[in-house]
Order: sequence, then structure tokens, then C-alpha cells
Amino acid sequence: MISLAGRDILHAWGKFVFTGVGLGLLIGVTLTMAGLYRGMVDDARVLLDSSGADLWVVQKDTLGPYAESSSVPDDLWRGIRTMPGVAQAANVTYLTTQVGKGSQDVRAMVVGISAGEPGAPGWPPQLVAGRQITRGHYEAVADLATGFRLGDVLRIRRNHYTVVGLTRRMVSSSGDPMVFIPLKDAQEAQFLKDNDAILMQRRRTEANPAFNRPAVPGLLEAVIASQAGNAYVNAVLVRIRPEATPQEVAEPIRRWKRLTVYDREQMEGILVGKLIATSAKQIGVFLVILACVSAAIVAFIIYTLTMDKIREIAVLKLIGTRNRTIAAMILQQSLVLGVIGFVVGKISVTFAAPLFPKYVLLVPIDSVLGFFAVLAICVLASVVAIRIALRVDPAQAIG
Amino acid sequence: MKLPRLQRRTLALIAVIAPLVALFLYVALRSGPLAPVAVTVAAVQSQAITPALAGIGTVQARYTYKIGPTYAGRVKRLDVHVGDAVKAGQVLGEMDPIDLDDRIAAQQAAIKSAQAALAQSEARQSFAQAQAARYEQLLLARATSEESTLTKRQERAVADSALAAARADTIRLRAELEALRAQRGNLRLVAPVAGLVAARDADPGTTIVAGQAVVEVIDPASLWVDTRFDQISAEGLAAGLPATVVLRSRRSRGVAGRVLRIEPRADAVTEETLAKIVFDAPPVPLPPLGELAEVTVQLGALPAAPTIPNAAIRTVDGRRGVWKLAGRGLAFAPVVLGRSDLDGRVQVLEGLAAGDRVVVYSEAVLGARSRIHVVERLPGVAP
Repeated sequence: MISLAGRDILHAWGKFVFTGVGLGLLIGVTLTMAGLYRGMVDDARVLLDSSGADLWVVQKDTLGPYAESSSVPDDLWRGIRTMPGVAQAANVTYLTTQVGKGSQDVRAMVVGISAGEPGAPGWPPQLVAGRQITRGHYEAVADLATGFRLGDVLRIRRNHYTVVGLTRRMVSSSGDPMVFIPLKDAQEAQFLKDNDAILMQRRRTEANPAFNRPAVPGLLEAVIASQAGNAYVNAVLVRIRPEATPQEVAEPIRRWKRLTVYDREQMEGILVGKLIATSAKQIGVFLVILACVSAAIVAFIIYTLTMDKIREIAVLKLIGTRNRTIAAMILQQSLVLGVIGFVVGKISVTFAAPLFPKYVLLVPIDSVLGFFAVLAICVLASVVAIRIALRVDPAQAIG
Repeated sequence: MKLPRLQRRTLALIAVIAPLVALFLYVALRSGPLAPVAVTVAAVQSQAITPALAGIGTVQARYTYKIGPTYAGRVKRLDVHVGDAVKAGQVLGEMDPIDLDDRIAAQQAAIKSAQAALAQSEARQSFAQAQAARYEQLLLARATSEESTLTKRQERAVADSALAAARADTIRLRAELEALRAQRGNLRLVAPVAGLVAARDADPGTTIVAGQAVVEVIDPASLWVDTRFDQISAEGLAAGLPATVVLRSRRSRGVAGRVLRIEPRADAVTEETLAKIVFDAPPVPLPPLGELAEVTVQLGALPAAPTIPNAAIRTVDGRRGVWKLAGRGLAFAPVVLGRSDLDGRVQVLEGLAAGDRVVVYSEAVLGARSRIHVVERLPGVAP
């Protein structure tokens, strides 16, 4: 038995394949949209993974440190370290700012990591080049996405940092690449104004007669010094002992230290559920629209293909071909078109994904679901064409 | 004729479809979560490392002389400006004496008056002495009464006392004059040592309180760097260790120095240990006080031990260790780490032996079941 669909495709295969490729690009865009959503969720997860923490201790009643600003004193970690079940506690600061190199600058999330050794909470969990920070000041580990390379000198506020290590996929929840610097520098960067602002602040203080008293030498200097310090961090990252559960450790800190503590699940809830909720919905709506557009286009293509060979179908009918055979031919063509489209789409999205400025994560389950969705759409789209084909009057073949 | 045409068409179709399918399979298996993770591998080497400590500090003068008057007053003149070199004993300026000169003149007049009074007392005393001596002789010759003699003796004693009082008064007034002169001398602001004027806090005409500095003189040979080391990385810091100081204004080259002392008191708030670093030779030109400096203190070399790059260290389930290559797969080896140097090499005390191959860089988080793909350099990283 000969395959009617196959013969028909072979008859004008160039047109058919090109139609499939066109459809494939559309499917590729749809898959990219799904990948973008997955990428956003993954950005949030990566942020939490890279901190290496089991618990986040933040300012009371805030959603910090990622979704909201939070500040806690930088000696708080000592008290938390002594709470039962706490294995490690480390200060951390997060500041999204412009990081300059020469004349250009990059938007990055500057992470201040507490002094110590690699593996402490907050430190980059793995590198792709270079080494971890060893000096307590003016060294940085940057993400590849910032465009910095080993040995580059970057500028944050007024200080210069040498890039000693590189990471990959260390991003904030909004996709900004991370730059890790020592905590003391980061505290300064977070608080330090530019030189002009400092100078003007000094002048204002000098002009205040309450601080500038001739009879009390040294008072002015003391006041100015007290204005220039920053003893705050954004959060304390806590790693718990293996035998303890996050809830067991978090509860006493909440109760007795009167701070807000989040565990991993709550933090993920905040990041995915609150921080990227709107963008995720936006992408979801786009995904639905694209799926509808794809379905409409497939239906239209199949319809056109069928209309092109309406005479041939009439001839088939005339020679007594069964309706089932004709319907199978159209359905098979439609499915083949879908498969070609899916294959082209998958390939194009894989090669296009790294070109996107934001991370596009292609999950196998998305591809599998996408494949079946494409097939379903193709089946539905061919229904219209089949109905027309079956209604053709065999007389048209000779008319 | 029909069959070859069909074949050609089939061949062309296959030529399009086959690469597409091959590409699809490649894409499905080589990207995303199914793809192997690219890693770089290094062998654990037994080597000696030279740990070093890094800190930052500010340039300070060890000796700062704050020169000012001991009494409240007004600055009359100030001869030196910031940056001037001064010699030991040089007069830098003077406070306004106000009425002090007049008081000295008055005192000098008072001394003269006292000297006159002293001369008068001396004349009186010598007369009284002569009278008393004469009356003594008259009494021996019974030419006068005993009472008159007694009177003369008493007059002589009174004259002696008056003379002593007048002498003491002169001494007192002279001492008072000396005191005034000392005060007058104290109004001069004198450099105690040779040095450099670092600050000029008041200009002539300014009224200042007692003890307030007018001029600050530093000893340029005594510059040191007040350095702060994070306590967590200050192990091994000791007096006498060689150090390199890189001044913020002269980043290209370091200045040699050494640790003078470690302060007995650490900064409890910032969790830092404080130390003073002195220069082997004062840098020329002198750096300004307060300039930021990065200090690297060299510790002694440690004996050879298995050493890994610090980029190899991972934390898995709260334990620190490295991914070791075991056969074709990976095994997590918990390690106990020793000292490290500033180039990121860490000695391993337990958990690894020299020759073990460990994962240094990896593209993604590794697990025990991760498929790995060993490369020379991770993609995307420039050489």
C-alpha cells in the first residue's frame, strides 16, 4: 500500500519543508517564552543556592534581603551563632549598583561576603576561573556575564577592585550578574557617598553651632567621624547543624532575638511568588497568545495545502477512495508538519538561547509537553481541512 | 525515467531531513540538564607555601607634637606655615603678652624700691650696731646706765631683723620677676624637636583656650602605618615580620617595611587586630598623613604538604571538601584545611594525598552522579 500523504509531500516537498521551518521558528519562539519563565525561576533558585544558607535572618517584619531592604547590626551574628542548632552564621550585604570598568559600566549585584575561608555562607560556591578572595580588601570575584576578565580592575564607588576569580550563572533574582567583594568594603560601598557629598555633609555639620563649639575642641571631629561609619549589614546567613531542622533553629531566633527568619522554602516563596510574580504572569499570557497564534497558523497552512489540491481530492473521491483514507492523508501531513516544526523549533531555540540577555532555561519536560501540544494543535487544525476535503463534490474533478 | 527522478527527490529529502534529525538528537542530549558538566581537573601537589597576611591602614606619624600655650590667650604672631621644616628650639610664634610687660616693669620698679628700702635698713642697722657697741664700752667704764645699753641692744636687734626682712623682700620680688619673665618666655611657641609643620590650627588674633594646639609638628622620620588585619586572617602576625606597604597614590610599587608591634588592644567592634608597620626607609617624597595603604605581611615558609587551589573547595551538606576523581565518576572527599597563601593555595591537613586528582572549576553544581567532561579550560573563559 502506498502512503498517500508521503506521495503528496514528496510531490512538493520543498514548499512543505519550508513551511515546516517557518512553523518551527514560531514554535521556537514559544519554547523560548517557556524557557524565559523557567530562567526567571531558576535565577531566583540560583540566588538562594549561591548564598549557601539554610536560614536568612533579616530585620524584623521585612521581606529582606532580596525582595525588600533590610538592615541589621553587623555584630548581630555573634548572638545568632550561639543559638542552638546553628553551625555557621555570616554577615552578608547585597547592593545592586553600577560597577565601572574604564569608561563603561555594568549593572551588577554587589555581594559583600564575610571574611573567612571558601565554603562559608555567602561565598561563591564554585568558580570557572581564577581563585577565591584571599585578601580582606579590594579583591573581587565577578560573574562572566559582567564581561569582566581575570586581572581587570573594576570600580565600585571610589574604590578599585582586582578581579581574581570568575563565576558562571551567579545572578540576582532580576538576572543581574553578581560581583563578590569583601564585607567591609561592601559595607563602605553601600553607605559611602561620593566625595562631594561627604564634603558638603562636613560643611553642614560645621555650620551647626551645636556641634562646632569653640570651647570643646574635638567635638566636631567626633561628630563627623560618627557620621562616616556603617555598622549594618543586610542579613545574617545561617547554616544549621545536620541534626537540626530549620524550624527548630528559626523559632528561638524569632522569639528571643525578635528578628524575622526565613527558611529556604519561605525564601523561594518570596522570590518566586512575590518578586517575579508579575513578570511570570506576563510571560504566561504571552505563552498562551503565542500558542493560539501557532494553532491558527497551522490551521491556516493545512487549510491552504488542502485547498491547493482540492482537484486531486475530487479525483480521489471520483475513483472511489474512502473518506477515511483522505482524512488520514491530511492528518498525517499535518502531523509531519508539526514534527518538522517542533524539531526546527527545538534546534533553533537551543542555539538562540545563549544569545538572550536574560537566562533562558530549556527544561526537557517543557520540550516533551511542547511536542505533544504541537501534535494536539496539528490534529485540531487539520479538522477544518478534513471537513472541507470530505465535502468536496467529486464532480469538481471533471468540472 | 520516473524512478531515477523519484530517487533524486528522495535523496534530496533525506539530505535535508537527516542533518535535521542528527542536529535534533545532538541538541537534545548535549544541552540542558542531560549534558555533561564541563570541569577542569588539577592534581594535588605537595608543595611549600608562604602564607601572607593582608591588611589596610593609614599613614600616621609616631610622634606628633601639639604646640600651644599653657594659658588661655590670644595668638600674636605665627612664623611658620604647614609644610615648613623646623629645627629643635626654633621659635614658631608668640602669644600676645597683653599686660605682662607692664607687670614686669612694675616688678622691676618694685625691686628698685625694695633695694632702696634695703639700703635704708642697712644704714639703720650699721648705725644701731655702732651705737650698741659704743654703749657697751661706756657701760664697761660705768659712764652710762644699764638701761640705755639695753635699749641700744634692742635697737640693734630690731635693725638686724628689719635688714633681714628687707633682704628677703628683695629676693621675693626678684623671684616674682623671674616668674613673670618665665611666663613671658612661655608665651613663645618653641619647637621641641626638629620636624615638619603638619597643621596650623589658629592664625594671629585668634583667642584660644589653655592647652589647645596652635601648631602641630610631626617627626617625618617616625612615620608608620596604623594597620588593621581582620582577626580571622591574622594568624601568625608577629613583631619583626617583613611587610610590603603599597600606598594608594603609588600603587605600582611597594615600600619595604616591617611589623613594629601588635597592639595589645584589638578593635572589638570591627573584629580587627591592630598593628603598627614601620618603613625600612622613609618613602620619598613623604606620603601625607592619613593616606590609605595596603599592607602585606610575609610569614615564614611552611613545610611541603598536599596543596590545592582554593577554587576547588566546595561545601556539600554542610561539610567542606573537594570533588575527587574516582575512576570515571566523582567522589566527595571531606578535607581539613590548613594555612593558605594570598595566591589562593591551601594546604590540606587531612583527606587528600599528593597525586589525587580533584575538580577545580566547574560550570554547574556537581553531584556524586554528575556526568563530567574534563576540559583544559572552561568555555567562555578567556586565557
